[in-house]
Amino acid sequence: MKFTWWKLVCIVFLLYVSIAGFLVKVPNPPGVPLQQSIRNLFFHVPMWFGMMILFIVSAVYAVKFLKSPSPKNDFYSAEFARTGIVFGLLGLTTGAIWANYQWGKPWSGDPKQNGAAIALLIYMAYFVLRGSFTDDDKKARISSVYNIFAFFMLFPTLWILPRLAESLHPGGLGSEGNPGLNPKDSNVHMKLVFWPAVIGWTLLGVWITTLRIRLQIIKEKKYHG
Amino acid sequence: MGKLIKYVLLAMVCFISTNLFAQSSPSPAPAGFMLSEGKIYVVVLVVLVILSGLFIYLINLDRKISNLEKE
Repeated sequence: MKFTWWKLVCIVFLLYVSIAGFLVKVPNPPGVPLQQSIRNLFFHVPMWFGMMILFIVSAVYAVKFLKSPSPKNDFYSAEFARTGIVFGLLGLTTGAIWANYQWGKPWSGDPKQNGAAIALLIYMAYFVLRGSFTDDDKKARISSVYNIFAFFMLFPTLWILPRLAESLHPGGLGSEGNPGLNPKDSNVHMKLVFWPAVIGWTLLGVWITTLRIRLQIIKEKKYHG
Repeated sequence: MGKLIKYVLLAMVCFISTNLFAQSSPSPAPAGFMLSEGKIYVVVLVVLVILSGLFIYLINLDRKISNLEKE
C-alpha cells in the first residue's frame, strides 16, 4: 500500500464522524421538524462538498492537459470526474430518502434537486463523449474542453440559480442560510463534526480516485508500452 | 497478510454478534452501555463495522495495485 498521511486522516476523521455524528447533541428548535434527521448533515451534505471538490480538481487537470498534453493529465481529469459523479449520485439518493420523510416525497422538483440533477447529467455526457472516440489523443483533447464547460455549468446549476429561487432546502429566496445549512438548525458542536465529515468523505473520494488513476496508468503501460 | 486480516475481521464480527445476543434477553429496564440512550450505540457499532470493512477493502485494493505497479 502506498502510505500517505491523508489516508490516515481520512480513516480517523470518518471513524470519528460515524461515532460523534450519532452522539452529538443536536438542537431541536420549535417549528423546525427536522428532529434527529439533521444528523444527515454529516453524511448527505459532505457528498455534495466532495462532489464539488472532485469536479474542481477534474477541471484543473483538464486545463493542465490542454496546456501540456499527457495521458496522465487526462486520466486524472477523467477519474476525478467519475468519482465526483458517484458522490453526486449518492448525494441525490440520500437527499431523496431524507426528502421523503421531511417533505413528503422523494422528489419535489426543488430548485436544488433539479440543479444538481442537471449538473450530474452534464457530467455524465462527458463520459458519453469520451466513449465515442476511437482516437485517444482526440478523445483527451475534446473531452478536456468539454470538462471545462461542464465545470462552468456548475455555477448556474448549483451555485447561482438555486439561491435565487424559493426552495425547500435552506438558503434561497426568503430562507436563511446557504444551500448546505440553515444556521438555525446547527450549533458549534455540530460544526466540529461537520467539517471533519467534509474533509473525511472528500479524502475518501480522492483515495478511490487515485486507485483508479493508478490502474489506468498500469493499463496504459501494458497496452502502449 | 490478507488472510490474517480476514480472520481478525471474522473474530471481531463473532465477538460483536455474541455481545448483542447476550444483551437481547428481555429485561425490564435498559441495562448496559449498548442498550442505553435508546440503543443508539447499536447503530454506531453497525456503522463502524461497515466503515472498517470498507477501509480494509480499500487498503487491500491499494496494496494490490501497488504490487501491480512493481511488476
